[in-house]
Amino acid sequence: MKRYNAAGILQTLHAWGVYAFIYAPILVLIVFSFNQERINAVWSGFTLDWYLKLVSDTDLMDSVLNSVIVGLSSTAIATILGTMAALAMHRYYFWGKKIMDAVLYLPIVIPEIVMAVSLLTFYVFIQLTLGLVSVIIAHVTFNIAFVFVIVQARLAGMDAHLEHAAADLGATPWQVFRHVTLPYIAPGVLSGALLAFTISWDDFMIAFFTAGVGGTTLPMQVYSMIKFGVSPEINAISTITILFTMLLILLAVRLEGIFKTVKTIGT
Amino acid sequence: MTTYRKYSTLAPPALWLGVFFVVPLLVIFVYSFFQRGDYGEIIYAFTLDNYLRAMDPLYAGTLIASVRIALIATVLCLILGYPLAWYIARQTPSLKKILLALLIIPFWTNFLVRTYAWIFILRTEGLLNNTLLSLGIIDAPLEILFTQTAVIIGLVYTYLPFMVLPIYVSIEKLDRALFDASRDLGATAWQSFRRVMLPLTRPGIISGSILVFVPCLGAYITPDLLGGAKSLMVGNLIQIQFLAARDWPFGAALSFIVMAIVLVLLLVYARWGTINVQSEPGDST
Repeated sequence: MKRYNAAGILQTLHAWGVYAFIYAPILVLIVFSFNQERINAVWSGFTLDWYLKLVSDTDLMDSVLNSVIVGLSSTAIATILGTMAALAMHRYYFWGKKIMDAVLYLPIVIPEIVMAVSLLTFYVFIQLTLGLVSVIIAHVTFNIAFVFVIVQARLAGMDAHLEHAAADLGATPWQVFRHVTLPYIAPGVLSGALLAFTISWDDFMIAFFTAGVGGTTLPMQVYSMIKFGVSPEINAISTITILFTMLLILLAVRLEGIFKTVKTIGT
Repeated sequence: MTTYRKYSTLAPPALWLGVFFVVPLLVIFVYSFFQRGDYGEIIYAFTLDNYLRAMDPLYAGTLIASVRIALIATVLCLILGYPLAWYIARQTPSLKKILLALLIIPFWTNFLVRTYAWIFILRTEGLLNNTLLSLGIIDAPLEILFTQTAVIIGLVYTYLPFMVLPIYVSIEKLDRALFDASRDLGATAWQSFRRVMLPLTRPGIISGSILVFVPCLGAYITPDLLGGAKSLMVGNLIQIQFLAARDWPFGAALSFIVMAIVLVLLLVYARWGTINVQSEPGDST
């Protein structure tokens, strides 16, 4: 039994070590965004200067605006299409269903660079001018897959009798969808939308290849700042990005809870 | 009427993915058999040169190096992740949820930002060197940034959750009574781990390894920002063909070689790995 304890302690230490490895870089980044010293990674005093500098950086602010436009529009389209895909796959049998299933998962698993170059080649082939629109189309394409996965998981847990009962009681197909199916899958759709926005907001690779002049998104701007060299401004924008993403994720997780509470009260 | 509803639900997403996902992949597949003109234009004449050129030691070397880096990163993730998955699986349900969430949250924060954090830490006048120098542990700064070591650290850091989650799922699924039974029958703790638990968690190990290996193989940002000119990976090579050298057919051929490796691994995954790793922990749906 003693041997087991020694192994247990070792395992605990290992686990703490791994968590430290995961969080230390992020914490360091955040802490040093408030550091006065510009060049060296030595703490020399607290400041908010770097955050104030961000606001006056017009290129950066333009890229934030672009990211918001791309994020919102690609999320809206992908949420609708991804939900439709999940409904179709859940309900119907059709020719090529297995192929459709594979196509719906592939954007998640194929290397990003392959998807990026294939879209770039395609855009040039059909002579679409690269810009914000080309980035939005690209983001919709991979986000359909993510929304699909989440909504499908939600649909899988739904009792088919609910829809049948509503139909038996005289509801039209649209009424069944509007009053039974949609309220049930709503939390999944919303989490899917938040996830889609997060992924769009974070994407660098696809945008890097498919954005033309004037289509610079925030990650592209951050990338060029990093390429230019380490600076406290990057720490500051990184800190904001980290906090913003965490907020979105917490919201996505919370939504499920909120909807559950509403449902319990409703019944 | 049902047919109408069926196709009006199916058609929009199917068309979108057909046009903007399947067709572009077909386009670069076809391009990979074309030739590059003197000015970077595409000459529409069939050739296998691009694939043959990928076998040239210069390029094949990068491909092999990429596979090697991805393999090392995968093995390190396994070494770090396997015991962690066991540790998490042993905790109380509420603690499990927290530990899993803590593992996943950083994954959703910006990839570039997490990579930048390592530049900040590893560079010559970075945090690690400053700390070690001031503590007197080293006399001269360690040159880690812009080496393969930095790339591997960055990859392990990024993809570790992909290893832990499937292994965790496979541990959760297995019956602890089997472990007790083997112990009762006289096996030592090591023997029951080696002969009972390890084989039973193999699907998790396989899926985790594939989920880590695939993105590592196609990595672009990590080697671009953390690696030097010597630790070029195939992702960088593809990017160069498309955005710098303007040799799209060759870039397309390289993309398809990567795709082929990935697809084979995904088939292995579908056949031998656990399928249900999508279910998020804490997600009750």
